[in-house]
Amino acid sequence: MSSQRPILLRGGRVLDPSRNIDDVGDVLVSDGRIESASGRIGSHDDAEIIDCDGCIVSPGFIDVHCHLREPGREDVETIATGARAAAAGGFTAVCAMPNTDPVTDNQAAVGFIIRQAQRADASRVHVIGAISVGQMGERLAEFGEMVAAGAVAVSDDGKPVVSAQLMRTALEYARSFSIPVIDHCEEPTLALGGSMNEGIVSARLGLKGIPSEAEEIMVIRDILLARRSGGHVHLAHMSTHGSVELIRWGKDRGINVTAEVCPHHVSLTEERILSYDTNAKMNPPLRTAKDVEALRNAVKDGTIDMIATDHAPHHYDEKEREFADAPNGIVGLETALAVAVTNLVKRGHIDFRTLVEKMSCAPARLFGLPGGTFAHGSPADVTVFDPQLSWRVDPSEFLTKGRNTPYAGMTLEGRAICTIVGGKVVHRLASDGANARQSRASSG
Amino acid sequence: MTSALGKDLLGLEFLSSEQIRLILDTAEPFKEISERSIKKVPALRGSTIVNLFFENSTRTRISFEFAEKRLSADTVNVSALGSSVQKGETLVDTARNLEAMRIDMVVIRHGASGAAQFLADRIESNVINAGDGLHEHPTQGLLDLLTLRDRFGELAGKKVCICGDVLHSRVARSNIWGLKKMGAEVAVCGPRSLLPHGIEEFGVTVFERIEDAIQWADALNVLRLQLERMTAGYIPSSREYNRVFGVTRERLERAPHDILILHPGPMNRGVEIDSDVADGPHSVILHQVTNGVAIRMAVLYLLAGGRPELAEAAKGGAR
Ligand SMILES: [Zn+2]
Ligand SMILES: [Zn+2]
Repeated sequence: MSSQRPILLRGGRVLDPSRNIDDVGDVLVSDGRIESASGRIGSHDDAEIIDCDGCIVSPGFIDVHCHLREPGREDVETIATGARAAAAGGFTAVCAMPNTDPVTDNQAAVGFIIRQAQRADASRVHVIGAISVGQMGERLAEFGEMVAAGAVAVSDDGKPVVSAQLMRTALEYARSFSIPVIDHCEEPTLALGGSMNEGIVSARLGLKGIPSEAEEIMVIRDILLARRSGGHVHLAHMSTHGSVELIRWGKDRGINVTAEVCPHHVSLTEERILSYDTNAKMNPPLRTAKDVEALRNAVKDGTIDMIATDHAPHHYDEKEREFADAPNGIVGLETALAVAVTNLVKRGHIDFRTLVEKMSCAPARLFGLPGGTFAHGSPADVTVFDPQLSWRVDPSEFLTKGRNTPYAGMTLEGRAICTIVGGKVVHRLASDGANARQSRASSG
Repeated sequence: MTSALGKDLLGLEFLSSEQIRLILDTAEPFKEISERSIKKVPALRGSTIVNLFFENSTRTRISFEFAEKRLSADTVNVSALGSSVQKGETLVDTARNLEAMRIDMVVIRHGASGAAQFLADRIESNVINAGDGLHEHPTQGLLDLLTLRDRFGELAGKKVCICGDVLHSRVARSNIWGLKKMGAEVAVCGPRSLLPHGIEEFGVTVFERIEDAIQWADALNVLRLQLERMTAGYIPSSREYNRVFGVTRERLERAPHDILILHPGPMNRGVEIDSDVADGPHSVILHQVTNGVAIRMAVLYLLAGGRPELAEAAKGGAR
């Protein structure tokens, strides 16, 4: 990064779990790196000063799971629009899943995304390569070349790896490159034709359900394969209380397993589908209150390592159809922080320190990514968020091209005020945000 | 226009017992119209109804058509079958077109659960669900209730068992909601592979064996077994189904008392029901068909804003 004007983030609550910092103070950024992040720095010559009073200043959030649709569906999202949406949501880096068209399964495809991300000049975009060529589940993709080109993990997300043998080989082979194998856990014969959680609500609505076991069978299969292979399996978008128990079982035995949960799975239940709202259709589906409770507890006790969005934009008219035929997925980059603050922190399940750990430190540490810390000299990736700011979700204001969110119209708390990537401000909450801050002040 | 039923009839789950009773009571005077030489009253003269059938169902469509014609409505039949049409686009576009054409009512049959609600949310016209996917088929549920009430007088306390493929049956769901609201006891019986997981949470009894259901029930509503369920692997064969779960005369004869037999049709004789049961003295299957027209007249009449106490007078208007 070229040298930029220093930035002094003044007077916020500096929260860096990686270094056990939780103090009101200043953060100084210069030459794209963290210069200092403790105590009062006061004034600094020629630094741009950003007032962080009342805000939390933390290492930048990292989303290990999003779908940016480029190449193939640039009408739905591009790497540039996705990277800008990420910045607006407080993410300084995101990892793009490879289920594009064509699939990101070779070094040239990885290089393309990295170039597009540089051009976008917003949040960092890391690349996840495919496990199998074309995500066909048959032959391993070239992990080594993809990693050399910049890939940080592999996944066939969107599809399960049906062959246990292929999964085993992927976990073994990935060890050579120290990358996680990200697992979309779905036993396909049980999930076939399902469009929501299997249970009383699916029975009422007459929709074919997906039982919890479709997820859990793959969770335990791949934990066992991680044990056999010694590879790092990362379980994406966990949704059931049974999965939580299985992950706990694996971790207790020292198996190299990590897991993520999406904000929607800790905030919404299957009841949200009672009106056949396709904006609440995703895979894995929204589950029951019991599952939501177990997932919240698992975030708290460390069974779940991180919070990831599974940001999945779709065109408006693709969602505007019969529930069973509508595509899965919701956008998440611009609501993740607020959904987590509102549903996890404000309800007393976790504190802000744990939130930052799950959204920044753990993704960086466990995926070997830059950021996630305010250690001196580390990349100046910073998220400044106002934990009290309440705002109404209006999808028409999103920077993502997607409008498909079940949170439309809801009032949530917590919002990124400023996002800094490599010492450069890539997002500042606009003036209407300032109005909103005022309304917070006046409403007490 | 908001009627005593609201704008639409999408399912029995969200109707009150008063609303259900209102429909059944309103159907009473309409029953008799079908007995006359001139089977027509002017209650819906001047209104336009579209019968929108995305799925084949000759019986239901004809029953609605008779009901509409007997109420003097103008009707248009649209069948949008065929797999070449992309379903989602069709439904949204259809909604827009219907809205532009100022149709008064739409009767929709569609293969996707929620399709009727999808349409109702997007148009001003009254929408009547004539069966959506595996969700509900409210007029079928209502005609079953009317048929049972005709025989039993009162539904409260009566024991009705729904037999067969409950998992894939919209009729079953409408029956369960309707019967329970009217105070009947409801059970289901069938192979577990054809019952929704957790069906007990609906507040129904589950019988694993048809013999036990027959011991318990005052009436059996025997569902049609879709033959493709065998190829889909839910059950091994229709032959075995008949031997294990079929409603046969032999089984019925062991019942402690007479049991009323209902079937929404069309029947697979020799599979879920034997011919001598279907045509036997306790079968009310043809009575169901007759009641179907009266129920649909009542629903159309009420949704159009017809006042219940005037149904009798509307009937008299034909003279
Ligand atoms: Zn996935
Ligand atoms: Zn995904």
